[in-house]
Amino acid sequence: MPHSPAVEVRGLVKSYDGRTVVDGLDLTAEAGRVTAVLGPNGAGKTTTVECCEGLRSPDAGRVRVLGLDPVADGAALRPRVGVMLQDGGLPSGVRARDVLDHVARMYAHPASTDALADRLGLGAFARTTVRRLSGGQRQRLALAVAVVGRPRVVFLDEPSAGMDPQARLAVWDLVRELRDEGVAVILTTHLMEEAEDLADHVVVVDHGRVLAEGTVADLLAGARADDARPGAPGDPRTTLVVRTERPVDAADLRRALGDGLAVEQRSATSLAVTGAVGPRTLADVTAWLAAHDVLATRLDLGRRTLEDVFLDLTGRTLR
Amino acid sequence: MTDPTPAAPAPPTAGLAAPPVRRVLAQAGLETRTILRNGEQLLVTVVIPVLALVGLVRGTFVEIDTAGASRVDFLTPGLLALAVMTASFTSQAIATAFDRRNGVLRLMATTPLGRGGLLAGKVLGVLAVELVQVVLIGAVAALLGWRPDPAGVALALVGLVLGTGAFTALALVVAGTLRAEAVLALANLLLLVLALGGGVVVPAADLPAPVAAVATWLPSGALGDVLRGTLLDGTLPLVPALVLAAWTVGLGALAARVFRWH
Repeated sequence: MPHSPAVEVRGLVKSYDGRTVVDGLDLTAEAGRVTAVLGPNGAGKTTTVECCEGLRSPDAGRVRVLGLDPVADGAALRPRVGVMLQDGGLPSGVRARDVLDHVARMYAHPASTDALADRLGLGAFARTTVRRLSGGQRQRLALAVAVVGRPRVVFLDEPSAGMDPQARLAVWDLVRELRDEGVAVILTTHLMEEAEDLADHVVVVDHGRVLAEGTVADLLAGARADDARPGAPGDPRTTLVVRTERPVDAADLRRALGDGLAVEQRSATSLAVTGAVGPRTLADVTAWLAAHDVLATRLDLGRRTLEDVFLDLTGRTLR
Repeated sequence: MTDPTPAAPAPPTAGLAAPPVRRVLAQAGLETRTILRNGEQLLVTVVIPVLALVGLVRGTFVEIDTAGASRVDFLTPGLLALAVMTASFTSQAIATAFDRRNGVLRLMATTPLGRGGLLAGKVLGVLAVELVQVVLIGAVAALLGWRPDPAGVALALVGLVLGTGAFTALALVVAGTLRAEAVLALANLLLLVLALGGGVVVPAADLPAPVAAVATWLPSGALGDVLRGTLLDGTLPLVPALVLAAWTVGLGALAARVFRWH
């Protein structure tokens, strides 16, 4: 039998009232991997996963989950797919634990609801109705509901929204465990940290299309086409972000640093030095600051983050 | 002799749905418990019909032409009709509208329950609430001296099922197209209007002429007439039964067309 990915989307198109939300999108997600669909609000992430979940029918293109059509083969597919919706989808008048037990009853061999409740800390609010839960508690319950049927494919739409840091770590642990058990996990997010820490494969989406994809390392290595690539192959492309107590002149610093480095004014008191940043560069920048009697309030030296890549791809303007 | 096919994979236990009957019954149980645990829903579906029965039978402040029957025999069928409307229309419209807004319909549609199972569960849940209503109202009415025509009890069930179908379909039409807050207002308002002028408790024929002409052809008036005809006289009145059946089919088709899950 030829290898087929857990989720395969080809040329997906979906419009609402003549407005195209997904515009020829391709997506592949493998079993035993976490695939993050990363994009700004309105990029088409939720519509894409809803087409994979059988909740919406594509206008054009082909969607296959475990080799099946999510709409036509829904009955065969639903027992093997877990879903966490962005808006929860939990009945508001029902107690938290009753919701989990109820959904478990839909499966012949569900996971232990006791173990799952323990794992995600649902015990503290087991007898609270959904409408009285905090955002983070709802998210944890929704995740438990998504995995209680022991699915082979899990779709998580913005799983960490509204969670406190402790809950987020518990969720990320569970997601990693699912992956290690061979489950295909597809999550949408606009949290860079989430994609960077969790995803084996990142698909950056905007305006209903894929802008870039690959591992986090691939995306970080792939520089903007219009940037000259500094240094020898393997030279880490680095960014030095300098925050200052008062405004400074970026152009003057750029001249002081010499060739091979670019200086970008990010705000009145924030500069980014990019290129072949080395030990000498750091000394030069601080010397220049000393010469101008300006105190640096913060120096961040590091590789480009996924956030930099993301902003480069989707643009820095608000929309 | 050991297994002749070594290395046969263990039967996969994950990824199997529970049997359909169990899924639908689980959903029906959840729907029923949710309605009966919700204070406002309990008030509308159980408390108000029972209080209205006691008040109208015992109170002498409303003049009713009972056409020779006892007050309780004449009023109980209409209050059963009203109860059916509260459970299948008002309560179901509001519950479904908020489930739709909160994404509950979509989430359950992705589980093995599916959309069809969800609808079946909802209808069974309505019937379970109606069973509670009929038992309670019937018991209170019996204490007040209600003696329904035994020949009509089975026929009355036909009216009950048809009425449930028509009003559940109407609930889905409203809940599947309008905003939840609008449904909340409309479902209560429509219940009040139909209860007073829809031929439910007071027969359409006893209403002022222009209202009567309309009420006779409404599902509320037809349901009231069917239940009165069967429980008072022991016969199924044909025209109201056909009117009710037509509403059930028509509203069912409309619901299938216009209901939106998102």
